[in-house]
Amino acid sequence: MKKRIFIAAASVLSLSLLMPAMAQTPANKVFRFVPHANLTVLDPIWTTAYVTRNHAYMIYDTLFSEDAKGAIKPQMVDSYQVSKDELTWTFKLRAGLEFHDGKPVTSTDVVASLKRWASRDAMGGILTTFIGSFETPDEKTFKIVLNQPCGIMLDSLGKASSNVPFIMPARIAATPGTEQIKEHIGSGPFMFKADEFKPGALVVYTRNAKYKSRSEAPSGVAGGRPVNFDRVEWVIIRDPQTQFNALKAGEVDMVEQPSFEQYETLKKTEGIKVEDFSPAGLQFIMRFNHLHAPFNNPKIRQAALVAMGQKDFINTQVGVPELGRLCRSMYPCGTAYGDEDTGYFTGIANPVKAKQMLQEAGYDGTPVLLMRPTDLASIAKLPLVAKQQLEAAGFKVDFQQMDWATLLARRAKKDAPANGGWNVFLTAWTAGDISNPLTIQMFNAKGQNGWFGWQDEPRLEYLKNRFARTVDAKEKKKIATEIQRVAFETATHAPLGQYQSPTAIRSNVSGLLQTPGIPVMWNIKKN
Amino acid sequence: MLSFLLRRIAAVLPVLLVVSLVVFLILRLAPGDPAAAIAGNNATNDDIAKIRTQLGLDSSIPVQYGIWMGRVLQGDLGYSFYLSKPVTELIAQRIEPTLALALGTVLLAVLLAVPLGTLAAWRLGGWLDRLLSGFSVAGFSIPVFVIGYLLIYLFSIRLEWLPVQGYKSLLGPSGAGLWDWMRQLILPWMTLAMVYVALIARVTRASVSEALTEDYIRTARAKGLTETAVLLRHALANAAVPIVTVIGIGVALLIGGVVVTETVYAIPGLGSLTVDAVLNRDFPVIQGLVLMFSVSYVMVNLLVDLSYLFLDPRIRY
Repeated sequence: MKKRIFIAAASVLSLSLLMPAMAQTPANKVFRFVPHANLTVLDPIWTTAYVTRNHAYMIYDTLFSEDAKGAIKPQMVDSYQVSKDELTWTFKLRAGLEFHDGKPVTSTDVVASLKRWASRDAMGGILTTFIGSFETPDEKTFKIVLNQPCGIMLDSLGKASSNVPFIMPARIAATPGTEQIKEHIGSGPFMFKADEFKPGALVVYTRNAKYKSRSEAPSGVAGGRPVNFDRVEWVIIRDPQTQFNALKAGEVDMVEQPSFEQYETLKKTEGIKVEDFSPAGLQFIMRFNHLHAPFNNPKIRQAALVAMGQKDFINTQVGVPELGRLCRSMYPCGTAYGDEDTGYFTGIANPVKAKQMLQEAGYDGTPVLLMRPTDLASIAKLPLVAKQQLEAAGFKVDFQQMDWATLLARRAKKDAPANGGWNVFLTAWTAGDISNPLTIQMFNAKGQNGWFGWQDEPRLEYLKNRFARTVDAKEKKKIATEIQRVAFETATHAPLGQYQSPTAIRSNVSGLLQTPGIPVMWNIKKN
Repeated sequence: MLSFLLRRIAAVLPVLLVVSLVVFLILRLAPGDPAAAIAGNNATNDDIAKIRTQLGLDSSIPVQYGIWMGRVLQGDLGYSFYLSKPVTELIAQRIEPTLALALGTVLLAVLLAVPLGTLAAWRLGGWLDRLLSGFSVAGFSIPVFVIGYLLIYLFSIRLEWLPVQGYKSLLGPSGAGLWDWMRQLILPWMTLAMVYVALIARVTRASVSEALTEDYIRTARAKGLTETAVLLRHALANAAVPIVTVIGIGVALLIGGVVVTETVYAIPGLGSLTVDAVLNRDFPVIQGLVLMFSVSYVMVNLLVDLSYLFLDPRIRY
């Protein structure tokens, strides 16, 4: 008898194990998204990591936002006025804005948030040099009083990429910019579920039913933010093959950044479509260390630029011709200041001319220490191409391979290459970060206090200062062009081609908005 | 035996001290700076210096070690540089999936490998023995991630029986039911068990086949015992010590396999926490994990040593 019962129980268990899983059709109100990286830091002011910025767009709101055409539009701000002397900007917040803890958004919250943001962000820092004082005449009004007219007020407040001036409650924004905030309360369309947050596994957001969306149609990150899901889950999946399998099986709805190797397969896979939410894409660049030989000589840097051929970088790293684009401009092509009038730099490798330029510059064979991050698949192949092209032009290359964390630490060292420093590294920037001369880190030419590479070029700093003061759009364009001319003349860095990084989504998903590189979860629908 | 236990437990302390010191020094002397990694692409040297100060990385290495050790002695493994959470909390969050994966794998491997190895030894050179040899070669040679992808393709993509990835906790108020929990783990268990089935089955086969040539087996058969009794009560019992030893070694080796399996199946366990911490140079998390793994290794070895007392009455400590 016992034996029979055992056999019966075993059969039932075996059958249940073998039976196809019960259809777990995800509710239309739940959206599962695989971000491009693990979300570790939740403070969008403390870090510039894109994944943190994207998380912040879920829960925070901004005063202004960038629309699909790159124009800055009011978001939390209802209206604003500029005094005749252009020194006083008065902003009025929209009525009914409320934080997720139920407290109203006030002008005090705004000022505290802006101060914290400006303490960390480069553009915020520049804006601060213009600001005499903040005033909060009432709960919904704040004034920014300037000590001189400023041409970057709206560009700064509507800055779409890191660090974005997100608005948080004053008590949280009182945290110094060098410390991480402990609470994550915004007034954005989604609420962060701290109790369900599992770092490295799952980030959960629920719909903010009290969110006051603007009446305008969504455009870029501006306009209305209609939410069609009760719950959004960010599922952390590191392995690209597992991301693909999960998307194919319908366990997730969107993979932000599938690997380029899967592009063709994804396009042909039933139930999946490939879309690009960031039309301006990204740009590869090569950065020189201006402190040490041989790249402390601008003529040698120019020779290196002439040696670079963008096509090889795109073909090797991206590997999908239709996703790459040759673009000589240091500003992304297709953006407001994109300009391909780049003089001697053609973007086509010319080793013969580069060799001749090297001779004229008196290159003495000093090795170029080129760093390669072996573990960062998105840029790991670039240094291989750079090495080949530099050597073809006659450079002696000291090729050093390391992981990304080591590269980040090493590039901060100002020592000579032989003593632990470096000469060259390569990286990629999203268009949003390099569309404005004030946000392009490679244009930071403050010498020892500048960005890695430490270029000391007063002309660039002077022009950037003029750009910041200028209000007229045409004049700004002229200055931006002049900045690029000086940048090429002094060879700040080499632009190595523009590329798209499309996203993979389930076919039943629609409404993905085109933004400056931010995957926003509003306006999306699932049928 | 009590004195043996006390001596072994006391011996853990210097081991942990040495491990902690070596790991601490390796991390501090290795290239890479957590402050630079945290600061990101837009940072300047000033930003990095500020973060380094905030994290306490600008003090000398002996001072940093002293502060950390002082906290460890009070049961505080410190805070993650990135996640701003106590390391103990992070480990507690991640330990369930890893334990479920590791223990399930060991259980599955032992349940499959010991009978298979015993039967193969009983019919040495027979079809089962040959099949097991072939399986063992495959188990040792095919990388874990390849097995994982093949299983996912078959059971998740083609047959749609099991999920591709993820983990649902069994514990806690929002814990999954037993079946939901198991469904997530069946493929990872199978993936990881392959190599351990191969390993344990080979050792079982060798040990049992050796035991089967002993005089006491002939005596047992001469007494008229059934083959099952001969195999289980005499051959397998006497071959148990090397089998248990290899199971113990297998548990220690599991950590490496768990890292790969957790990545392939997107299971948020200690393996992926370790990888993230190393890539980001999250020193407190790495130090905490290494300490925890060291304690686990020592404990597993202790348990294996203690098991000898029960498996072989001749052994005395």
